[in-house]
This record gives sequence, structure tokens and C-alpha cells, in this order.
Amino acid sequence: MTGFDLAGLLTFWARRYDDILGLIAEHVVVVLLALIFATIIGVGVGLVVWNSEIGRSLAVTSAAVILTIPSLALLAVMIPLFGLGWTPTLIGLTLYSLLPIIRNTVVGLREVSPAIMESARGMGMGRGRVLVTVQLPMAWPVIITGVRVAAQLTIGIAAIGAYVGGPGLGQMIFKGLSSLGSKNALNFALTGTLGVILIALLVDALFNYITKYTTSKGLRA
Amino acid sequence: MPDMTEPTDSRAFPDTRPNKLIGQTSTDATISTTTTITTVRNTSGAHIQLADVSKIYPQQAVPAVENFSMDVQPGELVMFVGPSGCGKTTTMKMINRIIEPSSGSIQIDGRDVLSLDPNELRRHIGYVIQQIGLFPHMTIAENISVVPKLLGWSKAKISARVDELLSVVQLDPSTFAGRYPKQLSGGQQQRVGVARALAADPPVMLMDEPFGATDPITREKLQQEFLRLQDTIGKTIIFVTHDFDEAVRLGDRIAVLSDRSHIEQFDTPAAILSRPANDYVASFIGHGAAIKRLGLLPITGVTLGAAAAASGPVTVPLSDTLRDALDALVVSGQGVVGVADADGRIVGSLTVDSISTALGAEVVAPAAGSGATKTER
Repeated sequence: MTGFDLAGLLTFWARRYDDILGLIAEHVVVVLLALIFATIIGVGVGLVVWNSEIGRSLAVTSAAVILTIPSLALLAVMIPLFGLGWTPTLIGLTLYSLLPIIRNTVVGLREVSPAIMESARGMGMGRGRVLVTVQLPMAWPVIITGVRVAAQLTIGIAAIGAYVGGPGLGQMIFKGLSSLGSKNALNFALTGTLGVILIALLVDALFNYITKYTTSKGLRA
Repeated sequence: MPDMTEPTDSRAFPDTRPNKLIGQTSTDATISTTTTITTVRNTSGAHIQLADVSKIYPQQAVPAVENFSMDVQPGELVMFVGPSGCGKTTTMKMINRIIEPSSGSIQIDGRDVLSLDPNELRRHIGYVIQQIGLFPHMTIAENISVVPKLLGWSKAKISARVDELLSVVQLDPSTFAGRYPKQLSGGQQQRVGVARALAADPPVMLMDEPFGATDPITREKLQQEFLRLQDTIGKTIIFVTHDFDEAVRLGDRIAVLSDRSHIEQFDTPAAILSRPANDYVASFIGHGAAIKRLGLLPITGVTLGAAAAASGPVTVPLSDTLRDALDALVVSGQGVVGVADADGRIVGSLTVDSISTALGAEVVAPAAGSGATKTER
């Protein structure tokens, strides 16, 4: 393996910048898509199970079990079912995102104080209406934090999606690792890794912004 | 929808309760009232009847509420007083079915509450709890709009109603409508809580220790505002408290409750103070029953001594109560204190003797005026 050469790395970036940008875009898209699916599923599950002891433990435990499966194994298992490419990656990332989103949804919905629940019921709001117009908006900052955690988690895991032919920067990292000793091996791996870190920072900043503009002023600290 | 801020012209008699903040002292002064006035109040309230209402929780040997029966007249403010855990809150919450009764019947204006849709029922019963329960993610205007929105009012009507109610509870609409609950003080939040409960002009209000969590000064202010508000809106109100003094200050009638929500005595504050039904009620009144009663008696109800007899610099306004007059007597150290009208002129005088006489007259008076359809004030 050759030593680190900054000039070489910069040259590498200059020559392949459209490849790199394309992979970054793919990476971001696959993560965001997975987060959108997981938010819809996770919040939906949370809304259904939040008030049932059994439902709650079932949902949270299942999501926790999924998260304990090594990502490489989970992706490999999906090849016979969904083939290679985007589909297994997207499904895998969605599954991994569920735990923080379901858990935070349940916690957020349950955190609404009994006094607020009672005054809502006392004004003649049905349970469904209380859930959607009172509990969900009040739980939103907690839920969005769950999505944020899921984002950090999946940005890293998405790199492994390349193992099943998935999109994103993982392709560069794997290329580097599989061609160790060659001239550009380190540049490939390093670019992929730095790209993942960059995306993580950008997405986190994005969530700062989303949290701020989707949370009621009355709930902001 | 009746305009709540409109003065109630048809009211035959002025209120006899302490009315320092009411600001109608000049009219009071011109009418020579006796201490017990019975009046059919101008009211937008409903008639509430509870008959043999019980609540038995499973796995509990003793009922939380047992065979509770009560008739509350339209426009009446009934206080439930009792120690913690006596079932007073449970009893109140069965009226809007936050807690479902195990047996018995509850009727509002003759309609069986238990046969109505609970949500529909609750939209027509104002509900205020100690913790207020304002929705933190909604502005004050949005909080007040909740029930009108559920009832499908138009936007224009809701917005006009919000402004009207904020004015009623003395919060400037242009300042407060767009604020969030956390930007308000405790007392301001409590006023919004009351405004929210009044939003759809319900005939019945249920209030569960609404002023319990506020500091004493704020509480007294809220109580006085609340009394003045009730004078203009005349709702039928069930008000739960464990503070007997609050019950005396606010209630038209007080129900003193013991375990299982058993009614030990249900009568006017004056009658309970002068003739407690038993030792339990007496212990609840505590010491100083006579002084507490003086707080219910306006100076206007007493025959004043000659104005010339008042010599000292200390005077009391005619709109005060005998309790305030006694306070002034004690402070002045004189045997006599002057009574001043709204313009500051001395119109008469009071001595300890005249106050005692008034108290004695009050002891025998209430028996005459506790008719079924009348509210003794």
C-alpha cells in the first residue's frame, strides 16, 4: 500500500468529481427515501400502539431485534428476496430506522401530561382527534429527534449497501478495499469515508433546520 | 348566543356579596337593602339534577361516591367542599362523564346526560381544572377556539368570540391572542382557561379547584374577577374546592362533603356559618365563623349611625363588608368609624355594637329565604 499523498488525492478528486458527486447524491437520496418510508411506518406504528402495553413492547422489541442483526447479514438475506441494487438497500435502511422513530413516537405521545389529556377530553374531543391535533404536534420535537438519530445511523449503514449492489459512496469504499495495493486504493476508500462524514454533517444541519421550522413556537425551549 | 358582557338589566336587586371591584357602589347606596335578598337570577344557566348517583370502582370495597342526590338551580354557583379523597371531584366529573357513574341519573335541563354522546355533551359544558391544561403548541386564540371549531362555527364568528372573551377575562386581545401559553403568567393562564371553558357559551361550568395552584394574592384577584364575571353571565356552576374560605367567598350554596361524597350540609354560606349541621361541618368551618360571616355582609345592609358621630380620620367605603368595617375599627382604636360613599362624603357611622347587632339579625334571617327555585344571596 502506498503512503498518503495529498496532491494525489486532490488530483483524484479533480479527475473524478462528477463520479464522486453522483455517488454522494445517490447516497443522500437512498438515505432520505429510507427515512421518509421509516417515518411514515414508524409514526404510524407508534400512533397505533402507544396506548397499549403489549402493542408497545411488541413494536419496540421487534424494531430493536432488527437493529441487532449485522447489516451485512441483513442485506445478504435480502438478495434472494429482492435481488441486488436499490431495493434491498432501501428496505434494509428503512428497517434499521424504525427503532428510534417508533420508540420516540411512543415516548412523545405518552409524555403529554394527564392534565392536557383531560382538558382535551373535557372539551369534547374524541380520542382520535386528541391524538392527531394535540398529542402528535406536542410529540413532534421528540419524534423528529428520533428521525435524526435514524439518519445518523443509516448514513453509515448505507455505505454497506454497496455490498448488494446498492447506490452511494459505499461503492467507492468497497472499490478501494478490494483493490488494496493499487495506486488509487487509498484515494477511493478515503473519498468514500470523507463523503459519508460530510453527508452526516450536512444532514444533521438539515435536521436542525427542519426541527426548528416544523415545531410550534409554543414548544420551543 | 347571548352577549356575555351586557349588563343584566332585568336583575331586580343588587348583589349583597362583597363587591369592591364591581364599581357600582353609587347604585347600591341608593337602594336600602336588607341582608337577605332572594332573587331569581337572570341566568343563561341550566338546571342540574343528580339522583342517587354512585361510583363504585372494581376491586374497591367502598364506593367512591354513594347515592349522591342534588338539585342545582339555573344560574347557581354551588361549591363542593370537603377533604382530599372525599369524592367531591369524582362527583363533579360524573356530570360531564369524564368519570362514568356506576348507577343513578344525571339530568341537565331535563335531558338525561347518560344517554347523550359524551363528546357532544362535553362541548356544552365548560370545564376548568387546576392544572389548566392549555395546549402549549397552540396560541391563546387557538386554545380558546377549540370548542367553537368542534361545533363548526365560522372563522369570523370564532375570531370575534375570542376577542370578546379575552376582554371579558381582562386580557388585551391584541397583545395576548397570538401568544403561547408559556409566555403567560400563572394567573393569566388561568384566565385563559376560564375563557376557553366559556368559549361556546355553555350553560354549565364545572370547575375543579381552578385557583388552587396560584399564589394567595393572584387567587384573591381571580376570585373577585370570577364573581364579577358570574354576575354578568349567570352560569350554573359546580365549583370544587378544599378551601372553605373560598367556598364562603364565592358560593351561592355550599355542599360540605364527607367520605363517599356524603352531603353533611347543603345551604347558603351564611346559614352554614351560623348554624353548622353537625360537628363535622363545624370542624370544617374552623375558628372565626362570626368573622367569616361578617365578610358576607355588606355595610349597605346595616342601619348606620349618625354621620356626625364619626370623629376619627379612618373611614370605610360604603361598598365594603362589615368585616372590612370591623378591621377599620380595630385599626383606628376608636369606638366608631365613619362610612364614606363613593364621593368620599361621610354618610354614617358604625360601632362594634351595630356590627354585632347586624350579625345577630343575620342568624335568624336565612331560614326565610331558602326556597327551592330561589337563590339566596
